[in-house]
Amino acid sequence: MTEGGAGESGRHSAAYGRHGTAHTVAGPVDIGDLGASLTEEAVPEDVPPLTEQTRREAREIIARYPRPRSALLPMLHLVQSVQGYVSSAGVALCAEELNLTKAEVGAVVTFYTMFKRRPAGEYLISVCTNTLCGFLGGEEIYAAIQEQLGVQHDQTTTDGQFTLEHAECLAACDYAPVVTVNYEFYDQQSVESTTALVDALRSGDRPAPTRGAPLCSFRETSREIAGFGSAQRTAAALVGPSVGEPSLAGLRLAAERGEQAPAGGPSAPAGKDA
Amino acid sequence: MPLTPVLSRRWNDPESWTLAAYERTDGYLALRKALTMQPDEITAVIKDSNLRGRGGAGFPTGMKWGFIPQAKPGETSGPGLKPKYLVVNADEGEPGTCRDLPQMMNDPHSMIEGIVIASFAIRAHLAVIYVRGEAVHALRRVRAAVDEAYAAGYLGNNVLMSGYDLEVVVHPGAGAYICGEETALLDSLEGYRGQPRLKPPFPAVSGLYSSPTVVNNVGTLASVPPILLNGADWWKQMGPEVSPGTSVYSVTGRVVRPGQYEAPMGTTLRELLEMCGGVREGHSLKFWTPGGSSTPLFTDEHLDVALDFDGVAAAGSMNGTSALMIFDDGDCIVRAVGRWIKFYAHESCGKCTPCREGNPWMVQILDRIERGQATEEEVDQLLDICDNILGRSFCAFGDGAVSPVLSSIQYFRQEYLDHLTRGGCPLDPELARQPELAAAGSTA
Repeated sequence: MTEGGAGESGRHSAAYGRHGTAHTVAGPVDIGDLGASLTEEAVPEDVPPLTEQTRREAREIIARYPRPRSALLPMLHLVQSVQGYVSSAGVALCAEELNLTKAEVGAVVTFYTMFKRRPAGEYLISVCTNTLCGFLGGEEIYAAIQEQLGVQHDQTTTDGQFTLEHAECLAACDYAPVVTVNYEFYDQQSVESTTALVDALRSGDRPAPTRGAPLCSFRETSREIAGFGSAQRTAAALVGPSVGEPSLAGLRLAAERGEQAPAGGPSAPAGKDA
Repeated sequence: MPLTPVLSRRWNDPESWTLAAYERTDGYLALRKALTMQPDEITAVIKDSNLRGRGGAGFPTGMKWGFIPQAKPGETSGPGLKPKYLVVNADEGEPGTCRDLPQMMNDPHSMIEGIVIASFAIRAHLAVIYVRGEAVHALRRVRAAVDEAYAAGYLGNNVLMSGYDLEVVVHPGAGAYICGEETALLDSLEGYRGQPRLKPPFPAVSGLYSSPTVVNNVGTLASVPPILLNGADWWKQMGPEVSPGTSVYSVTGRVVRPGQYEAPMGTTLRELLEMCGGVREGHSLKFWTPGGSSTPLFTDEHLDVALDFDGVAAAGSMNGTSALMIFDDGDCIVRAVGRWIKFYAHESCGKCTPCREGNPWMVQILDRIERGQATEEEVDQLLDICDNILGRSFCAFGDGAVSPVLSSIQYFRQEYLDHLTRGGCPLDPELARQPELAAAGSTA
């Protein structure tokens, strides 16, 4: 399942692949991979088929909305949860259920980063390389993981275990540099911690995220995004941690200084604002 | 300024995301009060509070609600008779911005209570929360909170026996920064590529499904319950009169204790740096964003600018989302801007030519400048490209993209030129070993 991929041609490695000083210089421009064609239909053997259950669940999603087409994004997450990517069969299913053409659905699929057009690995590793995370170590982390896995942006390891991507801002800048695995946060990472994380995943462990639910597979996460999941998983996922020191920095300082919003405001510990 | 946690005050409570925890700390009291009021009275309180949208643009929230056309007695046609919608913009993704995710993960009911109050005020019976797709933990917490709110009678038919009905749908995005732009968000929510619409018509007249729609940010809605409960005057005690209340300042980057600091609007970077322990040891402040990467950069000249909508605008930037990314004297301006523009090039939706073509072009030039392989004319060419993007696209995305370019050349033109004369970055450790180059780097 190695994905050489049309349009890759090593451009990402030029852009992000260098090691060394905190001031490596970027290579040629890369503004995104146009990726595999939606019309090709070389479905890998180990991709499970979409079933009647998929169709039933797609209709459940449609029923959430006043107009059917609003269901398209979660439906695409749903078909991705079955097959690990949005296949042409997935496009066809959504098109049929929404009475759209495949071209109309394909146009939507290709617009959004989260819809994968080749089977993603069990773990999607996203390393933020936007300016802030990049400066604080994200670029070195990305380069190290590229080397560790032997794949580049939007490529999957031959054993189907990992897909790597450099991500845009993940809205966790106070925990920079940030890595997510299947969109669960691994905060304040370093080259050492992230390579150790990948090693652990490789050996079958699933280290808990800093913030987020106990790790599951990319397909299971896609299913949660679509709005489905077992009660058991949901209960376990909900209590996963969601705050670290950066989220609480202001609160802790306010408590230390005895500061709060003016009186008459929301309930707060006793004591008036100075 | 003192710290004034209002939106963030529950984030460290045990199981703060649950209804039980929320109800222990005034939860849904504001809604109970709202349901005893006339819808227009609620809008009047919000107008009087001068609450301005926390999503970045700072538009007065009460005025936005007031724009929704309402049917007059005896009216049989017109926009006032169409269904109205509330859409929550929870598609956080502006580089530097990181306060809505903790709000939704740690206190989702604060947003949901705001949703019910806002929907009641504008007479909407459907609200949709558009959550960034990658934000899985926020999605979980929001969905669970919505389920709890239904079960407790805060949502659904006959909310708290008031006769008012409200359905709430939680909708996942799929990875597209542009969907944080309100009309692109609406297209995305209708199942299309997330490309902005031409305004007017504004969403208040023709939004979701061509019906009157209010699009509000997470923090805006979470501000509504405390304002309604404590009164507009209480809110206006904090911050400047025309831009009052608290702001959750996200101070990130090269500081000792990065994090969320909720303080009155108008707090300065000098005060915030004091709170977060200052710039990392041995370094000094060089440049920073007052409100995310789309807001023109500030420098150490701007330590005392009041960080509210008007204060920041008067100093030549935008308050945006109070996302303060701090960079110090070890950070190269060209490299920083180059990375941001790569982001804009990747995220441009492609609808408008100046933005679609201009951003990749700027990436190429910035890259060559960073490697010291460009000419001075190309620095000016950047300005020319910016001039052709700014104001020439449907939405504010293109305008946002040029912000770091224009402001960085304004404040650090010499550092751009130093790259060209040195054949590389003056801050590069290798080059810096040569004394004359080190001197050039330190003057930047």
